[in-house]
Amino acid sequence: MLKGRAIKFGDDISTDHICPGRYFHLRSNLPELAKHAMEDADPDFACKVKPGDFIVAGANFGLGSSREHAAVVIKMSGVCAVLAKSAARIFFRNAINIGLPILICDTDRINDGDELEVDLENSTVRDLTNGADLKFGNFPQVMLKILEAGGLIPYIKRYGDFKS
Amino acid sequence: MGKTIAEKILSQRSGTDARAGDIVVAKVDLAFVQDGTGPLALRQLEESGLEKIANPQRAVLFLDHAAPTPARELANDHLALRQFAKKSGAQLSDIGEGVCHQLVAESYASPGEVIVGADSHTVTAGGLGAFATGMGSTDVAIAMALGKTWFRVPESFKISVSGRFPTGVYAKDLILHLIGILGADGATYKALEFCGEAVDRMGMSERFTIANMAVEAGAKVGLFPADETTKRYLKSRGRGDRYRVLKADPDAAYERSIEIDASSLEPTVSKPHTVDNTAPARELKGTKIMQVFIGTCTNGRLEDLAIAAKILRGRKRHPQVRLLVAPASVEVLRNAIRAGYIQTFIDAGAVILPPGCGPCVGVHQGILGDGEACLSTANRNFKGRMGNPNSFIYLGSPATAAASAIAGEITDPRGLM
Repeated sequence: MLKGRAIKFGDDISTDHICPGRYFHLRSNLPELAKHAMEDADPDFACKVKPGDFIVAGANFGLGSSREHAAVVIKMSGVCAVLAKSAARIFFRNAINIGLPILICDTDRINDGDELEVDLENSTVRDLTNGADLKFGNFPQVMLKILEAGGLIPYIKRYGDFKS
Repeated sequence: MGKTIAEKILSQRSGTDARAGDIVVAKVDLAFVQDGTGPLALRQLEESGLEKIANPQRAVLFLDHAAPTPARELANDHLALRQFAKKSGAQLSDIGEGVCHQLVAESYASPGEVIVGADSHTVTAGGLGAFATGMGSTDVAIAMALGKTWFRVPESFKISVSGRFPTGVYAKDLILHLIGILGADGATYKALEFCGEAVDRMGMSERFTIANMAVEAGAKVGLFPADETTKRYLKSRGRGDRYRVLKADPDAAYERSIEIDASSLEPTVSKPHTVDNTAPARELKGTKIMQVFIGTCTNGRLEDLAIAAKILRGRKRHPQVRLLVAPASVEVLRNAIRAGYIQTFIDAGAVILPPGCGPCVGVHQGILGDGEACLSTANRNFKGRMGNPNSFIYLGSPATAAASAIAGEITDPRGLM
């Protein structure tokens, strides 16, 4: 069970908003790079975010480049999961691969600052502030196993190969 | 029931009867990273304990995004990638050789292959009929080590293109128009499969331009059939033996079909800050620009430079416009010198950049100032993409770029042809 506060964003938040290309030189210095998480979507995000918060976004979250750093800096900023109406394919897979849950649900019902409770086992989100109950979509079996292991690297260490 | 191109390739490479929606584990024929995604891939490989690469001849490290390096951190990243290539036997493509996707097209990709690259524009090789898709560093690292990865077999959209392009209208205008119709997430997780008489007539350069931007509608791949044009291209690249016919079955199932008449298109531009925010170039007349960039994996090939050079010949850039040209590969540069295009660009007042990604990713070589606008032949115009969130990026064809560089404002190129 995850519990925390919603920080809300709109549609089409690209990997350039999440992890701007001008910090390309910091990609091998992840703690420094993470200080700039979400900077071009909200310059105050780094001051605002607290461990356990959720990013709650609209449609097509994480569109654009394949940079896994986008998912990494979100996780390093303390965010425990991303909720979105839909997510770009590469970002979705990257998030799971680094052990950051990304949950697809009707985020219109969540407001900025709401307290949320997420039950990963039963695929439900409860907005404790306004009482809304949401359901998020199921993962393919292989993704579920990767998420359970804590990411693709621990998954490969455990199983040695892909179980289709 | 017949199969789409995506289903055919994933069936063959997974050894199963793959259908849309299935999860398969497929053999990977080529895996690559670039200098922005490679260092994290190396770190993950080390963490996994799988330091041996399945097929070093088909694992490539490209130094193209920050090349030559503009900062010591990046110089150290390059150092690590060079050392890894030496140790693992992976192939190294050093600075100045070109953009990864152009080099994959020139030297590696063939029809029916599965290609994964830690760069979203890996889809470019779909122009040759390869199931080529972008993934993150960890996925590609594991694909390099194991020689395979898992996929969800995508549903396909059939994009049929009829008619002929009018003068001044190109493949870039077609793909911008299509993304305008689909929306930036209109094809998320899907395969775009291109066919029709206009596609049959297209050269490889045009096919690469279109496949390259499939990801801008969210697609997993942009696939072209392999035909006589593909065969001639592979033969010219010394890979004639890798050719095989590849096309969808007539009774394949598509989630959606879209028909486009090429003769009805006009020069098209994507406005800030999303690629699907399209408009005819003529409607943007009067929009001042301070920089024009011609190049990238989308439009940095010899055919693109030829179009731009034809318009710029005997003309000069507008005094308020900085004109930057980056050929997509060293071979493109060599041929552009031979054809006189580089001379034309220099005479028109252009700055010639080394083969590579140039200013496209906002790392170096043409970062925009506050409030400035750029017209670029690249594939992405997100806020901050070219290094400054307070700047504005418009996307267009090489012809629109050249015409706009002369006028100092966004210009429909048809008036200059």
